Amino acid sequence: MNPQNTKLQVKNLNFYYGNFHALKNINMEIEPKKVTAFIGPSGCGKSTLLRTFNRMFELYPGMRAEGEILMDGKNILDRDIDINLLRAKVGMVFQKPTPFPMSIHDNITFGVRLYEKLSRAEMDDRVEWALRKAALWDEVKDKLRQSGNSLSGGQQQRLCIARAVAAKPEVLLLDEPTSALDPISTAHIEELIHELKEDYTIAIVTHNMQQAARVSDFTAYMYLGEMIEFGETDSIFTTPKKKATEDYITGKFG
Amino acid sequence: MDKYQNTSSLRHQRMLDSLFRGVTRFFAFLVLALLVGILLSLLVGAMPSIRHFGFGFFTSTAWDPVAADFGAVVAIYGTLATATIALLIGVPVSFGIALFLTELCPVWLKRPLGIAIELLAGIPSIIYGMWGLFVFAPKFGDHVQPWLLEHLGDIPGVGFLFQGAPMGIGIFTAGLILAIMVIPFIASVMRDVFEIVPPMLKESAYGLGATTWEVVRNVVLPYTKTGVVGGIMLGLGRALGETMAVTFVIGNSSNFAIGLFEPGNSIASTLANEFAEASGELYLASLIELGLILFFITFVVLACSKLLLLRLKKQEGLQH
Repeated sequence: MNPQNTKLQVKNLNFYYGNFHALKNINMEIEPKKVTAFIGPSGCGKSTLLRTFNRMFELYPGMRAEGEILMDGKNILDRDIDINLLRAKVGMVFQKPTPFPMSIHDNITFGVRLYEKLSRAEMDDRVEWALRKAALWDEVKDKLRQSGNSLSGGQQQRLCIARAVAAKPEVLLLDEPTSALDPISTAHIEELIHELKEDYTIAIVTHNMQQAARVSDFTAYMYLGEMIEFGETDSIFTTPKKKATEDYITGKFG
Repeated sequence: MDKYQNTSSLRHQRMLDSLFRGVTRFFAFLVLALLVGILLSLLVGAMPSIRHFGFGFFTSTAWDPVAADFGAVVAIYGTLATATIALLIGVPVSFGIALFLTELCPVWLKRPLGIAIELLAGIPSIIYGMWGLFVFAPKFGDHVQPWLLEHLGDIPGVGFLFQGAPMGIGIFTAGLILAIMVIPFIASVMRDVFEIVPPMLKESAYGLGATTWEVVRNVVLPYTKTGVVGGIMLGLGRALGETMAVTFVIGNSSNFAIGLFEPGNSIASTLANEFAEASGELYLASLIELGLILFFITFVVLACSKLLLLRLKKQEGLQH
């Protein structure tokens, strides 16, 4: 893979929670404007890996990452990288909806305000644009002043996606974004992922293998902190090269 | 036999249940009865003074037991001024402490610091009073007050507050001691409510590139506002009602002076000093009316905090 075709390149990445070796020598490339899914049983390190891409782990003591993660050729684990700027470029959506305790409108503008100075009209346009991207606009356009907490769970999660999209990040990290949602909301969000990948590089962690097969272009299977197999989703699910991968995706294990 | 046929044990359980319900209801209403009882007995006790002075009690700066002429202004001003100073200093400091403990503190320091703050809350108020009078006031009067008088006394608008003799004791000193006393209360409540903010919510804000301050300002504080206001009210309650420590350092003067370095008197310290020697019906009634006023101030403050919370809730966006 040539450098132009790589958004994130992980090189010899090791991760430790205190003495626990959580990620073991991970090497992989994430292509721009594609969806890369991470699957594997609980505790395999897929969320941990995702959280190294925006250095979220640094909020907690005793966690450290060694190795390199190159984003457009620059090592984001480098001490000199401005961590807030990095997180503005790498958006994240979590397992559960996390609307901020403010109105729908203000939820969207929160991240935008941090790094952009927009006029009122431009900001309103951005709110509409982000909510349309998240397929939420029609449902909330008449109640933008309402609290984000007044929405249903599925709407709240789309609000969180809109919030992440509004800041115009380059990479979008989705950490089991549908695990707390009903099937209809899940379908909504999967459609959304399809549309968002035209503009964004997306990395998604999921417990649901059908979901990985449906939404992703590339799939990584992880087990006990190791990257067992990584490749195009079609070949991982139809002709896995390793027995362990096959056992997991066919449900013999995990 | 069907196990649900055993009616005697069922009846027994139902009886216990209604007994339990009755007992808890009794306790809850007991609180209400106590409140009304205290209010009534204060009203009855204060009647002679209310009849004699009428509304003039609230506007008179007199406090002359010999001539039996009493007014509440000195005590009300002392109470409000000391409590305001205590909060102006105590709230930002407590906020800083709570913020450091929950967001920035290294793990090994968290427990010792937290325990130290809780211990500070357990020190009897008379110790604060003695420390304030014998240790703090002389040093404050010698070193800090002259500087404050010189530099702040001439500022137009607020300069009049920084007037008085640099004796160490006075309204300002009482406010400072109160600030030290309320900090552990406010700080530990704030720390507890900051800790219940879901980590994922904070991560969402950090994930958008927000700094620690932006996360606290825009996410943690709005999320915990009820608890934060509650903590401040707890501190304010203590500041308004604190007796012993204030009596030691406030100067106990019943002459009205607006300057914060002047000696003054708070409602609680007036009561503590004079109740035992109150002779004459009017004197005693006036003291009891002061108590009633303190009760009323506390009530108003609580009502204001509820209003504040309602307003904040509106800012958060409509709920439906």
